[in-house]
Amino acid sequence: MAAVVRLLNRGILSSAMGQHYLALSTVAKVKATGLKAGHALPEKVKIVEVGPRDGLQNEKSIVPTEAKIHLIDMLSESGLQVIEATSFVSPKWVPQMADQVEVMKGIQRKPGVTYPVLTPNLKGFQAAVKAGASEVAIFGAASELFSKKNINCSVDESLQRFDEVMRAAKEAAVPVRGYVSCVAGCPYEGKVAPEKVAHVAKRLYAMGCYEISLGDTIGVGTPGSMVDMLEAVTREVPVSALAVHCHDTYGQALANILVALQMGISVVDSSVAGLGGCPYAQGASGNVATEDVVYMLHGLGIQTGVDLTKLMDAGAFICRTLSRKSSSKVAQATCKL
Amino acid sequence: LKNEKADNQNIFCGLSGVTHISKFYPEFVKIVEVGPRDGLQNEKEVVPTKVKIQLIDMLSGTGLSVIEATSFVSSKWVPQMSDHSDVLRGIQRAPHVQYPVLTPNMQGFQDAVAAGATEVAVFGSASETFSRKNINCSIDDSMLKFEEVIKAAKEQQIPVRGYVSCALGCPYEGRIEPAKVAEVASKLYGIGCYEISLADTIGVGTPGSMLQMLQRVTQEVPISALAVHCHDTYGQALANILTALQVGVSVVDSAVAGLGGCPYAEGSSGNVSTEDVVYMLHGMGIETGVNLDKVMEAGDFICSALNRKTNSKVSLARNRKL
Repeated sequence: MAAVVRLLNRGILSSAMGQHYLALSTVAKVKATGLKAGHALPEKVKIVEVGPRDGLQNEKSIVPTEAKIHLIDMLSESGLQVIEATSFVSPKWVPQMADQVEVMKGIQRKPGVTYPVLTPNLKGFQAAVKAGASEVAIFGAASELFSKKNINCSVDESLQRFDEVMRAAKEAAVPVRGYVSCVAGCPYEGKVAPEKVAHVAKRLYAMGCYEISLGDTIGVGTPGSMVDMLEAVTREVPVSALAVHCHDTYGQALANILVALQMGISVVDSSVAGLGGCPYAQGASGNVATEDVVYMLHGLGIQTGVDLTKLMDAGAFICRTLSRKSSSKVAQATCKL
Repeated sequence: LKNEKADNQNIFCGLSGVTHISKFYPEFVKIVEVGPRDGLQNEKEVVPTKVKIQLIDMLSGTGLSVIEATSFVSSKWVPQMSDHSDVLRGIQRAPHVQYPVLTPNMQGFQDAVAAGATEVAVFGSASETFSRKNINCSIDDSMLKFEEVIKAAKEQQIPVRGYVSCALGCPYEGRIEPAKVAEVASKLYGIGCYEISLADTIGVGTPGSMLQMLQRVTQEVPISALAVHCHDTYGQALANILTALQVGVSVVDSAVAGLGGCPYAEGSSGNVSTEDVVYMLHGMGIETGVNLDKVMEAGDFICSALNRKTNSKVSLARNRKL
């Protein structure tokens, strides 16, 4: 948390209210190293829809292949430009993604829409390309312990493994997106230093990832820690190459996304119907719901290209398939059933 | 419309453009806990008096400085609040804690005072239709009633808080003009309310509409006298509260465990959870005086009594068992 002077931007305050903060009649200037001036809110935000991958991956019920394909096809019709379709991990680890090839082959690719897939290693990359993938994603962690527990190696070692994938992707002219997990906290280490996040983001960017998605894996971030983290990262990676992937486990996602936008971020990851619980907090929610993000962005006058009604239809479909209630509050509020 | 958007963005940037937006926050935010009143009032299950009292007593031990205890409306309209006098008399008042109660009219006010109330609240609406449907009179007529109450309250040195409902949208009228919200807020302030809580009754507001509304209202009412009462029906509450904080609001209403559904959207949530608000504020280095763990305990208690799951994501994440 940044140790800064909190200012009130106008007015003299009544001490009878029992509040203790500085009362100033004019806005004071705060000088500190590394501060950036605030950005205007972006006019457009690109939403990266991770429901079919990150969402379904964290749902207990295995979804039939046709349902996954139908979900992706419905999402393709909603105006989303990026839909993460599946993951080329070993089915042994993630049974939900075992039908990765059929899904890739079965979806109707809408022109102008990209369908990235996760590729944890060279083998996965090769299988992905063979199945028709034209964009892939790799994952690094900002926490050493998380990296060890998750993929059995240090952060640096994991990045070295991805070198192979990067080289192959370059040769095949396949763009690669990089994810950094645990950017606001780690289920094992607790607090994660912003500098560590910046270090990993910088490495991924330098390796050739065109975009780095900063993931608050356990949803513990707040507008306080988000800003600190983004300040550190934007010193190393241009803000235009950054995205935020906020989990709503502590209800902070939309507030975190808002401050990210204020810092110049214009790419936001989310999951239709808020699919995907949190594997580290039993019964708690995970991904932020795309519907709720879109509702907020449209309310801010920011364009997303997304048709909220069609998006909600896709959400309703997958929730019926999973026999679960939507985690999207917008969907719940507008559902009259 | 384009200019308006540019203005919005300027505000979000920070006023002078040279400082970082995250520096524009109050050091301290006062939380007004409305669970025992707004929360319970919108819960289907009628809660026994002693449970209400225990809830309030638990909340009194959390560091909250304002706990809205009950409502002196006619029991005919709000059966959940029919035990208002017993509740007010039964609670253990902690020092430095206020226990405001709703008083829609003189009768309610007199009953409240008889039961020991030392602070009251009145409810106005920014929507004419909502006012007529909810309290059966026009906005102007409701102000006359409130003036009566405030006059009597002044004589007894009882502070009065004013609410403006439908500040960001109305279930009947739809969009509500910021100018109308400003007019009603200003009227309530003018007749003597010390604080005006701007309520997004149906939770439709977004940071965009919140900003627009606050920009207009602060032209008429000093920001130090404003509070926001955000509903989380569309998941926007924390983002809306954050926006309000950036504008300079430093009083936030919330309900323990997010008690209270939305009467206008079947099965949807209503009040934002105190736990989630406190988590955010503390994460931003903003003080509240509130002990989050103790609030979660109070939340556990009332959810258990209501046989329902908490609406607080923080509480869920920390794996509270009913």
